[in-house]
Amino acid sequence: MNRIEIFQDPVAFNIGPVPVTQTMLTTIGVSLGLVVVAALMRTAIRTRPNGRLAAVAELTVDALDGLVVDVVGRRVPWLTVFSGSLFLFIATCNLSGQLPGVRPPTANLATTSALAIVVFVTVPAAGIVSRGPVGYFSHYLKPNPLLLPLHLISEVSRTFALSMRLFGNMMSGHLIVALLVALAGILVPMPLMALDLLIGLLQAYIFVLLSTVYVGAALRTATGEE
Amino acid sequence: MTPEGWQALTAITSLVVAGITTALGAVGAAFGESRIGVAAMDAMARQPDESASITRNLFVSLAMVESTAIFCLVIGLILLFANPFVSG
Repeated sequence: MNRIEIFQDPVAFNIGPVPVTQTMLTTIGVSLGLVVVAALMRTAIRTRPNGRLAAVAELTVDALDGLVVDVVGRRVPWLTVFSGSLFLFIATCNLSGQLPGVRPPTANLATTSALAIVVFVTVPAAGIVSRGPVGYFSHYLKPNPLLLPLHLISEVSRTFALSMRLFGNMMSGHLIVALLVALAGILVPMPLMALDLLIGLLQAYIFVLLSTVYVGAALRTATGEE
Repeated sequence: MTPEGWQALTAITSLVVAGITTALGAVGAAFGESRIGVAAMDAMARQPDESASITRNLFVSLAMVESTAIFCLVIGLILLFANPFVSG
């Protein structure tokens, strides 16, 4: 029972006084893989615009752009970059849990909290850049200054919910597979692992959709449509 | 009561409470999600053209409601596997 770990992160090795955990290694591996694929796609678009890799790149960018247009109502290139990076990173992290011996980095509360804090910082930054500090912070006082505490609580609680949702889903999926392997055998958890594929992609989509909605709401209050 | 007895009592209480927490969280989320599903199916049957945006909002609402169940599950797992009051 003690070997089941929810919050612990096994240390792979130490660099001087700094412990390097498995999550850090997997995260760096995922980032490197994504960067290499992106660089390959970039050269493919320049040299072979009709090739297969270029088509994949165009489809990916088009889908992510469509997501932002659906949520915000207009094209916001930097938001596409932000949401797209989040989606590709989280989806790859979630799916990396299917590799043998790899624990998905998103099944660690530190990773998901870091991602949620990025969103938490981006929302007011986007609002302030679009309309200035006064324009953005005045929306906290609408429709009534009495609601200011509720606005502030919702900012924090939705960040918390964002990180806990991703963490809980990925950790529980991984844990259920581990428990079934320990209790039943090798082939029994296969349906659940297939479900994990779906849940991993769905949770990545939901995380990105919610963060896009949050940032889009900050932009919308800035343009005065709400 | 001896310290071992208190430890055993804490462990038993944690097991029972973990089960109750997870079960009640699942029940609440199931009711909420069923209402969302009914409303979304109804809306899609009435307006099939809007099914893309309805589906997107459906997934967002499901995720929002589901997160309460996930919170309960995480609390249950903490009580089972990472309980701060049970040593060893």
